[in-house]
Amino acid sequence: MKLDIKNGRVDMSHGSGGRAMAQLIEELFAKHLDNELLRQGNDGACFPIEAGRMVMAADGHVISPLFFPGGDIGCLSVHGTINDVAMAGARPLYLSAGFILEEGYPLADLERIVISMAEAARSAGVSIVTGDTKVVERGKGDGVFITTTGVGVVPEGVHVSGDRAQPGDAILLSGSMGDHGIAILSKRENLEFETTIHSDTAALHTLVADMIKVVPDIHCLRDPTRGGLATTLNEMARQSGVGMQILEDDIPVKPEVAAACELLGLDPLYIANEGKLITICDPDDADELLSIMRAHPLGADAAYIGRVVEDEHQLVQMQTRFGGRRVVDWLAGEQLPRIC
Amino acid sequence: MKYVDEFRDKEQARKIAAAIAREADPDRHYRLMEFCGGHTHAIFRYGVPDLLPENVEYVHGPGCPVCVLPIGRLDEAMQMVERHEVILCTYGDMMRVPGGKRRSLIQAKADGADVRMVYSTQDALKIAREHPERQVVFFAIGFETTTPPTAVAIKQARAEGLKNFSVFCNHVLTPPALGALLNSETRVAIDGFLGPSHVSTVIGSAAYEPFAEHYHKPIVITGFEPLDVLQATLMSVRLLNEGRNIVENEYTRAVTPAGNTKAQALMNEVLELRESFEWRGLGLIPDSALRIREEYAAFDAEQRFAVEAQPVTDVKGCACPSILRGQQKPLDCKLFGTVCTPENPMGSCMVSSEGACAAYWSYGRFRGVA
Repeated sequence: MKLDIKNGRVDMSHGSGGRAMAQLIEELFAKHLDNELLRQGNDGACFPIEAGRMVMAADGHVISPLFFPGGDIGCLSVHGTINDVAMAGARPLYLSAGFILEEGYPLADLERIVISMAEAARSAGVSIVTGDTKVVERGKGDGVFITTTGVGVVPEGVHVSGDRAQPGDAILLSGSMGDHGIAILSKRENLEFETTIHSDTAALHTLVADMIKVVPDIHCLRDPTRGGLATTLNEMARQSGVGMQILEDDIPVKPEVAAACELLGLDPLYIANEGKLITICDPDDADELLSIMRAHPLGADAAYIGRVVEDEHQLVQMQTRFGGRRVVDWLAGEQLPRIC
Repeated sequence: MKYVDEFRDKEQARKIAAAIAREADPDRHYRLMEFCGGHTHAIFRYGVPDLLPENVEYVHGPGCPVCVLPIGRLDEAMQMVERHEVILCTYGDMMRVPGGKRRSLIQAKADGADVRMVYSTQDALKIAREHPERQVVFFAIGFETTTPPTAVAIKQARAEGLKNFSVFCNHVLTPPALGALLNSETRVAIDGFLGPSHVSTVIGSAAYEPFAEHYHKPIVITGFEPLDVLQATLMSVRLLNEGRNIVENEYTRAVTPAGNTKAQALMNEVLELRESFEWRGLGLIPDSALRIREEYAAFDAEQRFAVEAQPVTDVKGCACPSILRGQQKPLDCKLFGTVCTPENPMGSCMVSSEGACAAYWSYGRFRGVA
């Protein structure tokens, strides 16, 4: 009998290692994620490696809600891992996917998630070559958790690292801040509000490839995910032992995102993004890099937002739109809404 | 963003700042207390002091609802959720405040207490409707701004016959706190006040007139946007130069002399004055807080759940009390930035983003921003 995807639910037998699990893998996972390496059917995928340097990155996805405007946990897990690999300047090759499913989760929703992963991987030209499935009892998970690992190859001559920012370097941003976090918040229980904002979730590796091709000596690349732009800049300032000065006026934020932040008492600089990158490069390369970024659909709103400076305190400082100055610190705790 | 960007305009800011620099008497010091944490936050977030001459200074006031709540009241809420196993609904800022034994509601939640962060009293009512088998307590804090929604929730609960909903009322009033600051024996030199913005939409600008007159201090009702703050600063400088101790209203787009009379009537119907209430930093202030009227006692968590009220002292060395009175600034506190940081707050001023210490820390005023 075929798996009843339309009405069925995940049960404990789907993680038991027996026939039910084999059927779930075959009729749901393998069906949609199909590729040559996955078809080998072994516990691990076996593939030849290229010469040079490789990158490996791990990512865990526990997002709530699982489906949100502009995406879902499936495509997010693929994009997030590809981006982690790409931020080393690498070309992503393969992904693994581990699923932790909660007993009772509808198979139809699981299939939607897997199809979304398959589509994201396919359009990125990256294969999901191995995986794992476990089931936990009802109440011990939150529907679906996905852990992914990605591997990729670094082109020769590319040395992107968060510790390479130097005083004088330019800081560029690929697009508007806060879209993902606000899209998620708009669907959180107790906080539902009407918005046209969609998550920016996207795989950035083709943008990175275009950038690397023209400026192989990009110093730093990083995607401002959790903690947002503010926290990511602080991370790199610390890694490189430098300070940064940014201009609030030049940081792109969509009016809808700015409005939602205003309403909720949040700062868009601390809101998560899933399809944006920050790059730091030699000031002489900045204009060229910026025009390359703007020519790519994922970098159309790219902007110069500031520069790296010498600073023993490793502070990120911002010239406010209002004409004052302030330090942009690490995010402390969770960003909680203000009450009055 | 319409109605927001206009109040953050750089060119306007430059013009007003130039007027302040021109009109402020160089032989005189202007110490203006911004009462509200919302102002403190705006002042630092936009870097307003960078635009002012050195002799015009902001003194941070006690208008941060989380900051002035005594630890003992938090501990009572903790007892409700842990001993009586209620669902405790609270605004986000309250979650991280360290209570007695340095434990916060976030930690209590991790230990198994059912604490829920809500955005409005309506969320708390919804939780009560969805869990008829559980007792749901709304931890009500705040000044006159957050009080009317609490009154509405209590009325709604009664109309719906909700048996499992009650309110732990900690609402406090602004005018008595102003009076306490000015009466205090250890009072600081304050030349004038930037008066509350949201609070004033409810109580109206006329409510401050007796204070301006009695204490001979000008009060300028001020909006929360940075241009509001600058404009009100200019108005204060002018009033001080002219020696006029009156109430002026900068925030005319929202505040009227009489305020929101409908909201006032609602508060009056459901809540009444407490004889006295303890404020962190300011001590016991008569007639400074509200409790639920006898008529609505069924929705009063203090009557429904027995708790032991124990006064709790502040952490030794924590300067929150004198910071809340405007006597000291965060930098004067020995704990600031050493053992007390937003990740590990010792005092309440470091917890809420409206607290003076958190604002100093987050926006780096102590680090000599160049």
